[in-house]
Amino acid sequence: MSKKLTIVPSHHTLDEGWFYTDIVKDHFFNPRNIFISEEEASTYKYDGVGMVGSPACGDMMKIWIKCDEENDTITECKWQTFGCASAIASTSMMSVMITEEEGMSTGDAMKLKPRDINDRLGGLPTRKYHCSVLGDKALQEAINDYYRKTDQPDRIVKRRSRVVCAVTNVTDADIEEAVLEGAQTFEDVQRKTKVGVGDTKVQMDVEQLIRFYTEKYFGED
Amino acid sequence: MLDDRHEIYLDHAATTYVRDEVVAAMAPYFQEEYGNPGSFHTVGLRSKRAVARARETVRSLLNAAKEEEITFTGSGTESINLAIKGLAEQKGSGHIITSTIEHEAVIETLYYLEKHRGFEVTKVPVNREGQVNPEDVRAAIRPDTILVTIMYANNEVGTIQPIAQIGAICKEHEVPFHTDACQAAGALELDIEKLNVDMLTLNGSKIYGPKGVGVLYKRKSLRLVPLIHGGGQEFGLRSGTPNVPFIVGFAKALELAQSEREEEAKRLIELRTMLEEGIITNIPKTFLNGHPTDRLPNNANITISDIEGEAMMLYLNEYGICTSSGSACTSQSLDPSHVILAMGLPYEVAHGTLRFTLGRKTTKEDIQKIIDTLPEIVEKLRKISPVRVNLVTLNTGGQINV
Repeated sequence: MSKKLTIVPSHHTLDEGWFYTDIVKDHFFNPRNIFISEEEASTYKYDGVGMVGSPACGDMMKIWIKCDEENDTITECKWQTFGCASAIASTSMMSVMITEEEGMSTGDAMKLKPRDINDRLGGLPTRKYHCSVLGDKALQEAINDYYRKTDQPDRIVKRRSRVVCAVTNVTDADIEEAVLEGAQTFEDVQRKTKVGVGDTKVQMDVEQLIRFYTEKYFGED
Repeated sequence: MLDDRHEIYLDHAATTYVRDEVVAAMAPYFQEEYGNPGSFHTVGLRSKRAVARARETVRSLLNAAKEEEITFTGSGTESINLAIKGLAEQKGSGHIITSTIEHEAVIETLYYLEKHRGFEVTKVPVNREGQVNPEDVRAAIRPDTILVTIMYANNEVGTIQPIAQIGAICKEHEVPFHTDACQAAGALELDIEKLNVDMLTLNGSKIYGPKGVGVLYKRKSLRLVPLIHGGGQEFGLRSGTPNVPFIVGFAKALELAQSEREEEAKRLIELRTMLEEGIITNIPKTFLNGHPTDRLPNNANITISDIEGEAMMLYLNEYGICTSSGSACTSQSLDPSHVILAMGLPYEVAHGTLRFTLGRKTTKEDIQKIIDTLPEIVEKLRKISPVRVNLVTLNTGGQINV
């Protein structure tokens, strides 16, 4: 490939057809903090790594972090994402958010939510939101990996919750959150969390949890 | 590349532009010949004659016996609804056979009948190349089967079904047979006697005709309950003032499409082969979906593994190249294309399909531009993808460039 691929998002032709914000487009066409080569990826010295999702469910994210142990901050973040523009842009934005300025503390990074990333992107289209919900989980895994490697086992955030879908790592706590955000059906929850995509066997389990949390928070039935 | 915004439109299966001859044929019926075909005066009469001429054109192209076997509707989807729901309501109850790769117009109509009207539906499978085995249809027929509905050619992968054989089996069992021929028109034989069909759906917007007009061919012996009641137009099957300009445009478009189809097919197959070979030999880990030969001349559906279809599509769009994808992100659901999955392609690669559908204005230069552009896009997306699918261990069917 001789010429370099650089793309400046155009405004004049796609405003109608393209429902992504300029920030999303910018991060999609010019992703930040990526490996420049296969060699760099395979020889990269990292302090923690985490991966979540699968190509079967349509999104997969892998996050590598380097940390400053003294200040307990994340100094570098590399990533790879399989997925659509939303997924790619949100991982790129997340990598910027946790490394900008002095670098985010590992504790704060652990608490990063898909909504925080979504806000920084200027919002994703509603039906694209689900494409951005795996990045923070991959990051949490990477931070846990870092805690493990640096002998800080007490800081590892174990998901007290139970994983209901092994493909997407979605837990009962995620489903609880989805119900609190207004999800009422399996499809609603799936749209928010991607649970059960690529593994349809979990549907009954998820539906049971939806009933449980709906009853818990919204009264009878 | 942005200063050269020549758009390359390779999404003709979604819709086509309206060709000049069709626009010209329609033009008088907006302001000069605006009459209602139902009126008893000369202005109305002229419109009535225009509709009659259009109907006769369509009748003759389909080799239908009677003019009342041709119903003009508002779309392919409406024709399908009329065929399926119209017959189902006439029969009251029973069993319907379809395939796993139908268009949503068929899928959702049958789902409605199943869920809310107590009909039973059997979906016969397709093979790795997207083809139904006619013997599976025979095996699925029951004493209470009221309808078989199987598409002529698939909109995503272009695979052509053995419609005449399926029709012969239906005839043998005296089960009405409907085919959705929206994608086939302009490319394939539409003689209803040769195809052994009892109902056939066509759509104006896929044949360089106007959007918002469709046709349902229905054998005279078959009774349907109309979807739209009113003034009894279209022999009582579809009330509402006929859309005269669109009906005229439809007939013109179909006439041109069918008269040019063989010559155009040759040209398209040459371009499509150039595209397929150009992509598959230049980009590793890619393969073609659909039937190698029994396929619409303008269709090339290619899987590019390790990356996702919507992302590729948006990059291509930025280069002015319009395509579509079977990825989950381009659908309303979270699952990738039901057609690709029904053909037995694993989820791992189903997300990475790109559909190119060529058209009358597609040139060699357009194809070359795609062949030149796509490898860079794929390289860039693969660089940021953590996925490395092993195609050798996946059952992907046909030839693979690993």
